[in-house]
Amino acid sequence: MANFLVWVVWFVAAFACLASALAVVSFRNPFYSALALIGNLASLAVLFLLLSGEFVAAGQVLVYGGAVMVMFLFVIAYLGDRTEDSPRSGGPSWQVVGAVLAGGAILAEVIVVVGLTAGGFLSKPQQITRGFGSPEAIGRLFLTDHLLAFEVTSIVLLVAAVGGVVLGSHARQLESSGDARA
Amino acid sequence: MRGPDIQWYVVLSALLFTTGALGVLLRRSPLIILLSVEIMLNSANLLLIAFSRLHGREDGQIFAISVMAVAASEVVVGLGLIVALGRRHIELDVDKLRTLRG
Repeated sequence: MANFLVWVVWFVAAFACLASALAVVSFRNPFYSALALIGNLASLAVLFLLLSGEFVAAGQVLVYGGAVMVMFLFVIAYLGDRTEDSPRSGGPSWQVVGAVLAGGAILAEVIVVVGLTAGGFLSKPQQITRGFGSPEAIGRLFLTDHLLAFEVTSIVLLVAAVGGVVLGSHARQLESSGDARA
Repeated sequence: MRGPDIQWYVVLSALLFTTGALGVLLRRSPLIILLSVEIMLNSANLLLIAFSRLHGREDGQIFAISVMAVAASEVVVGLGLIVALGRRHIELDVDKLRTLRG
């Protein structure tokens, strides 16, 4: 019975995940796309929970669904309706056909390669203990085995923050000089 | 492991990655391209966590958290560029952006 419930939750989350991803790609208004991406991230967090990734699921909702998406929505609101795609003229061009073919090729490659090379190894998950994926376990790994990755991540975030500030202030200078000329 | 086997996660992740790649290839608004890149990164995250569960080790989850940090940095820089374009009143269309002069 519990297993059946897990399957039901998995299918609901997977369907929500795919549907919201398609919505992100197909909405014309980026505001709706960003809202759909929040749904995509939330349903992915459900899948992470089914895989015993509790800490990652919480981080996904807090960092992605919270901070990153708020930043997206601020920028979309700041830029207003100039962010919408202008409608394509005419029918599907060679670009659209090529893009769909490339997407299908990626999908086929992934599935064929995984099926060919990994088919035999994928069926037996290891047993895990109760603490798998808990903040305690993740924190211990981060501060022991993966300390270098932890520190490099902090440097990457610092550089990105400085880059964001520099881009923003540079744009403000350009804007004020443009106003002075006008 | 209750519920679906790892193959289901692999197929779901491949479908999500393809959807994101199609978004990057088809859309022309840089904002939606950034959102599609997020979908692609998240499909990779799903696979990392699924294989982490399969092997019974948390290293994949560590990797996924690092990917989330890199994705957040990428969004900061990407949105900074888009705001800079918007302030200079340049049309937000990646087909029409040909030079990156300062």
